[in-house]
This record gives sequence, structure tokens and C-alpha cells, in this order.
Amino acid sequence: MVENQRFGNLPAHLVLITGVVIVAFPVYLAIVGSTHSAETIANGQLPLWPGDQLLENYRRALFVGTTRTTRALVATMLFNSLVMALAIAIGKIAISLLSAFAIVYFRFPFRNAAFWVIFLTLMVPVEVRIYPTYAIAANLNLLDTYTGLAVPLIASATATLLFRQFFMTVPDELVEAAQIDAAGPLRFFRDILLPLSRTNIAALFVILFIYGWNQYLWPLLITTRDDMQTIVIGIKKIVATHDALTEWQLAMATAVLAMLPPVAVVIFMQKLFVKGLIETEK
Amino acid sequence: MEKRAVFSHKFLPYLLLAPQLAITIVFFYLPASQALRQSFFIEDAFGTTSNFVGLENYRYVFADPSYYKAIVTTAIFAAAVTICSLSFALLLAVMADREIKGATAYRTLLVWPYAVAPAIAGVLFIFLFQPSLGMLARGLTALGIDWNPLLDGKQALLLVIVAATWKQISYNFLFFLAGLQAIPKSLIEAAAIDGARPWRRFFTIIFPLLSPTTFFLVAVNIVYVFFDTFGIIDAVTGGGPAQATQTLVYKVYNDGRLGGDLGGSAAQSVILMLIVVALTSIQFRFVDRRVNY
Repeated sequence: MVENQRFGNLPAHLVLITGVVIVAFPVYLAIVGSTHSAETIANGQLPLWPGDQLLENYRRALFVGTTRTTRALVATMLFNSLVMALAIAIGKIAISLLSAFAIVYFRFPFRNAAFWVIFLTLMVPVEVRIYPTYAIAANLNLLDTYTGLAVPLIASATATLLFRQFFMTVPDELVEAAQIDAAGPLRFFRDILLPLSRTNIAALFVILFIYGWNQYLWPLLITTRDDMQTIVIGIKKIVATHDALTEWQLAMATAVLAMLPPVAVVIFMQKLFVKGLIETEK
Repeated sequence: MEKRAVFSHKFLPYLLLAPQLAITIVFFYLPASQALRQSFFIEDAFGTTSNFVGLENYRYVFADPSYYKAIVTTAIFAAAVTICSLSFALLLAVMADREIKGATAYRTLLVWPYAVAPAIAGVLFIFLFQPSLGMLARGLTALGIDWNPLLDGKQALLLVIVAATWKQISYNFLFFLAGLQAIPKSLIEAAAIDGARPWRRFFTIIFPLLSPTTFFLVAVNIVYVFFDTFGIIDAVTGGGPAQATQTLVYKVYNDGRLGGDLGGSAAQSVILMLIVVALTSIQFRFVDRRVNY
């Protein structure tokens, strides 16, 4: 503290508490909504405190499904989201580690060209080239498959650039020592480079898991069957009608379940999350 | 910067690069070039024939009043979300940067909305503002406001802006906090000794020193509004009512899907790609050449 202020830190606490309340309120109300009956919500009588329908609502959302709109079970959709998020995170990290290793530790013709081919993908998000990408995926018979959900989103440069930057900071002496000990490139990669990259891999995994879990437009196009859809697009289909006919108590239970995994990752792995977020934006 | 010691091997580097290059070419360059090609052709409704039409699709896009409407909507959307979420996040970050009890707890409580999917953020805000049963919507009605975002385009845009701002606060907060913590305390103490009060210190020292972070965040927020808000718009309004919340990206999606106008949609995609390239290069310029004082 630079100087003594009349009210101490009281104003700061007030501002921060207001901020936390504003940020948390929509989610709190979703949790409250998921514990009341459909009638209470439809009548516009939702109170500010939880009701007694919690178990019933979550049981129905997870294992019975809504009656009117999409019939996929939340349990199925959660599983699909998990597979997609893990495949995207692991896939991106794996191919990026390999390509960054090639670009940093080898000299070969077209090395710069390969780097630029990868680098330029930073420029164009999937939303911009959505229909041609969809056409290609359809031609490859990837509709309604986990491969189709994940693989097209693995093509991106962020992770490669991050690992390239990190490999550049690894001392040259390590390579020389490995070469003196007659270790080949793959041995060096596995026994020295990978262990050194552990924190970076973990931080990136946190960010990519959230990125994969929250994908929306691509899963919306690539899945046609209800049992292949992810939870983020499933929730939108549950509230598709927007009116009192929507089973809001189930919609809110679904929303809470859909938020839980990525939010838990941010809260419990906050250090890695912050590191990953700041490093991927460099 | 280059490595001094490297491995030499004939095929291995190509083998290592193969997976990423294959996926990049199949799912990135192929579609991008197809979008470029499609933008010069007109297909019939069944996709059986396509005729080269030169710049006809582009002329059509720029002659379409709804395209200009989408540009205006996107601009309002981007400006509102960027200004609101940056100022709110900056206020919170300045407060959290003090030596204050529970600083880490506040940080945790403010960063988690980053993990909420845009589409889900949209659903949460529908639940609050749905005209007949939303809690806050009833509050607005009780105040005598004729609230119905399902019919009123301006209110729909407002709702989408509020949801998008809410979702982006945590990201901006984190980067502002990191920026603030990087400012040397000695500068602020020196100013305090010279008699500068907190407001004066903020505007003459802290805010100028934060400008690299601010520039960076402005670019990131604009890109966010362009692309990542797709889920919010699709969940909350579906671009409606009467295209009042249709952004440029949403129009690409809508025209290609419902309109079946692949050529026009592709032409819009190409224009968008150019905009993104411009935005990204601005972002890189600011990140590379940090503003110095």
C-alpha cells in the first residue's frame, strides 16, 4: 500500500464483490432453475433459492431425456463431448510436438516452406471456411464420426508455434551431449525433450481441452444423428423454441452439467490455465 | 535464432512433419482454396452444374443491403463488447492488484467464466431475459419497459452484447491483472511521494504503461466478437429478429445453409479472410513493437 486511505481497502472489496456477483449470477440462477419443477419456472415464479427437484431433474436430463425436442441423453452427449475434447487436445499436442521438433532440430530442404504452411493457418478460423471443409469431411465419410468431430479442428498453428518457441530455449549443449552419447534424434526427443516440455504440455492441454469442449459450429454441421451430438449443441436444441414449452428445468440441468468439466479444469488447474492462456497468445 | 547443434537425417524430418502437414492441407488449404474458387462460380440448386461468373458473386454481395446491415451490426457489436468488457475488466483488475485480503480467491471467482461455452452463455442469458418467465425480464417489465427481445431487434442486439460481454470479462481481467503486476511499484511510490493522488497516478502512469496490453486486448476482443460469438448469436436469436443480430460470420453461415447460395457465401468468406488477415497482422505489429515510454 502506497498511502493510507480513509476507508482502507473497503471500496476495493465492494467493487470486487459486485464484480463477482455480476459474473456469478447467471450461473447461480441456472443452478437454482435446475432444482425446481417445470411449473414453477413456466409460471415465472422462480425464487432466488434452490428447490427440491434437484435429483429428479438431473436424473431425467442424464438418463431419460427431454420429451419434446432432442431426444439424446445428456449422459451420451457428455461422453461425446469428452471424446471430442480429449481427441482435439491430445491430437493437437502430438502432431505439434513432432512438427516443432522437425522444424527446430533438423536442417532439410523446404524447412522454411513447411513452417510457413503451418504458420499461415493462424490466419483463418474454421468459421470462415466452414462449407468447403464440411464438403471435404462429407466426401471422406466423416459425418457422424468421432474422427470427423475432432480431426479437422486439429489443424492449427498455435501449439506448433508454442513448442517451437520453447524448443528454441532448450540449451544446445543438451543436443551435443546426446550426440556424444550416440543417442539418435528419437531417443533425444523421448528422453530429454519430452520430459523438459512437461509443464508446457500440461498448460496447453488445459487450454485445448476447454477449446475442444466448447466447440459449437463444427459439431453442429458434422453431426446429424442425435446420439452423436455434443452437449454444447444439445443444450441449444433443448431450448430451440425459447418459450414456456421448453423444459427449462432440464435445460438448466443440462447447462450446469455442460459447464462443469471445463469450469472444474479452470478452477483446479488455475496455474496451468493462466500459463497456457498467456503463452498461447504470445 | 537457429540451433547450433542439429541432427541430420534424410527422411525423418519429413516423417515427423507429415501428420500436421497432411491435416493442414486436407482441412485447411483445400477448403480455403475451394472457397476462393467457389466465389467465382454460380452453382445451380442441385450442385450439378457450375458456371464461371468472374466477380459477379462479389458484386452481388456488395449490392446487397443486408450485407451492409451485417457490417453495421458487427461494428456496433464489436465496439460495444470491446468497450464494456475492457472497462469493467480494467476496473476489477485495478482493484484486485492492490495488497488486499483474499486477492487469490477474487481472481479464481472472476476467471472461471472463460470456460463457459459461448452457446451456453447464450442459454443462461435467455433464461434470465426470456420475456414471460425470465427473472430479470420480469424486473424490466415491472419497471414499465416493454421488453421483448424476440420481437424487438434493438433489444435482441442488446441481449447478445450483454451475454458476449459477460463471457469476455474474465479473459480481459486476467491479461490486465498480469499487465498491472508487471508495472514496477517504485514508479507508483515515486509519484505518490511527489504528491500525485490515486486518480492522477492511474491516468498519468498506470494507464499509459498498460497501453501495450490494452492494444493487444482490443485486437483480441474484435476477433472474439467476429468469430467466437457465433454460438451466442445462434443460441439467443438465430440472427433475428429480421436479421437484427446477424453478424458477418453469421451471414456466411446463414446464406450457405438456408439460402443455398454457396457462391455468395464463399465470396463473403473470402472477404472475411482478408479482414482476419488484416486484424491478425495489426495484432502482431502491436505485440512485436511494444509501445515504449
